[in-house]
Amino acid sequence: MPEQPRPRIDITVDGAAWSVPADCTIAAAFTEHGEPAWRRTRRGARPRGLNCGIGVCFDCLVTVNGMPGIRACLADVRPGDVICTEEGSGFGEHSS
Amino acid sequence: MAIIGAGPAGLTAAVTAADAGCAVCVLDLGERPGGQFWRWGPATGDGRFHHGWPAFTALRDRFAAHVAGGRIDYRPGHAVFHVGRPRYGRMFRVHAVADDRRREHAAVEAAVVVIATGAYDRQLPVPGWTLPGVMSAGAAQALLKGSAVVAGRRVVVAGSGPFLLPVAAGLTQAGARVVAVVEAGQPLDYLRHPAGVAAAWRKLPEAGGYLARLARHRVPLLSRHAVVAAHGDGRLQSVTVAKVGPAWERVPGSDRTLEADVLAAGYGFVPQVELLAEAGAGLRAVASEGGFAAVTGPDQQTAVPGLFAAGETTGVGGADLARIEGLIAGRAAARAVASVVGRDSGGAAGSARGPVVPDRRIERQRAALRRFAAVMDRVHAVQPGWTGWPDDDTVVCRCEEVTVARLRAAIDLGADDVRSVKLLARPGMGWCQGRICGQAVAALTAAHPRDRDGAGTPGHDETGHDETGHGDTGHDDAERAVSRPLAQPVPLRVLAELGRDDEDDAVSVD
Repeated sequence: MPEQPRPRIDITVDGAAWSVPADCTIAAAFTEHGEPAWRRTRRGARPRGLNCGIGVCFDCLVTVNGMPGIRACLADVRPGDVICTEEGSGFGEHSS
Repeated sequence: MAIIGAGPAGLTAAVTAADAGCAVCVLDLGERPGGQFWRWGPATGDGRFHHGWPAFTALRDRFAAHVAGGRIDYRPGHAVFHVGRPRYGRMFRVHAVADDRRREHAAVEAAVVVIATGAYDRQLPVPGWTLPGVMSAGAAQALLKGSAVVAGRRVVVAGSGPFLLPVAAGLTQAGARVVAVVEAGQPLDYLRHPAGVAAAWRKLPEAGGYLARLARHRVPLLSRHAVVAAHGDGRLQSVTVAKVGPAWERVPGSDRTLEADVLAAGYGFVPQVELLAEAGAGLRAVASEGGFAAVTGPDQQTAVPGLFAAGETTGVGGADLARIEGLIAGRAAARAVASVVGRDSGGAAGSARGPVVPDRRIERQRAALRRFAAVMDRVHAVQPGWTGWPDDDTVVCRCEEVTVARLRAAIDLGADDVRSVKLLARPGMGWCQGRICGQAVAALTAAHPRDRDGAGTPGHDETGHDETGHGDTGHDDAERAVSRPLAQPVPLRVLAELGRDDEDDAVSVD
């Protein structure tokens, strides 16, 4: 399918500069970047990314501009977003 | 009137009620109207990857006109966590967390509420299903429809139900290689229900279009097969596909491996009835194992006067049925508003007053689509044989990382029902509130052999824990499991505000 180039924006992911499509969700930005995981679980430190994709499962949580627990599948990416992948609960403490 | 959800049902109800003169507030989790069926963004605003796009743009234009005219108050990005009617009040109160990036409390008062919260994909836990790259069929579809991003390069689409076809067709259209469409049911079974299929003959060309596209791309369609395991180191690399029997039991020796970087899986849909259950609307079990849908009358009203349900919350039937139910709910809800508000004020809703005239043509369409939905539910019903697919180390509850072995240990300790299993092993107690694993936990608990005398105490859950507060004796474990006082995660700060703002509304219903 012929594609005209998509507009892109700059964001920061774990301190690295990324150029991502301007018109997509944060989860789509990770996917387009070739990165299927952006969280590690609380107990097993297992990698997780997109699962339900529609805001139900809370597996795709990321920290955006300091706010933890944002559903990457729902939130549109915005220019200048500072995104951090999450470890554990994403709130900085360690449980179990 | 408040409407929860801006998908096909919610949008139709909203414009219908606004046309009738109602003041409508639409609260929706999404950032744009359309719901999951018409999920879209700037990159897909031309309707590519979409079905029924002209119908949507027409609806969206009517919606936008009412928003501009002030008759519809549109609140995107609102996660509604409670719908209640404060004690002795006539008005419902709808509570939401607004804007995930800020998380502020929003509350709306309404005489009438329409709940159109849709459904989400059902997934089955198999070894490796927590690997990145394994996602619901709806997730792959949402990436494409909403963001014009393709989920992966080599995709296996698996599960059961007609939804697998548009997902696979969309992925091929976007340039992914769909390695196989793996259907656990037997689609030929549709032939055993000719009347039900004929009732929805309008859907046949749509299915034919998807099949033609898949044939052009030489995508193999396997029926009575299932993805029984996923493999990879840190991300998905391959899946195991096995033949399954009529009860979905795995056929020994039939395994084959397919390389894939994405598995898009969906075994039908689970209606999102949490708000309805908590508000006291009656639920009914749907034929496919473990699901519930709201019970409504001919006008889409639930057992709670003034509380309506439309779309997938009343039973999964697709976008066409959702629009029809939204239309009927919008008309009836407008009349209900007129009877509550108009009586006091003679307000703008007066035009909606008058005798109820059933619209026979619309009701016939609804009946036909429901007959087809019932056939679909039967042909693609999840069969109990799937409980043989996971192994001991398979994670069932993704949030709390509870494995099959830990569920079974809890059962062996005497937990004989879902509630006790949950208390001992914690499945369903994480972020998603058991939405993803609830039915799987129930099925695996039921399937685990009890080989000890006296294990568990049948019926002990009937004593003392009526957490729904309705005092219904009909609420069994699974039905109670879909009722939640807070249907979304809520910051403590918002809960504290809730206590200050509405002292009379201590999250109590009726």
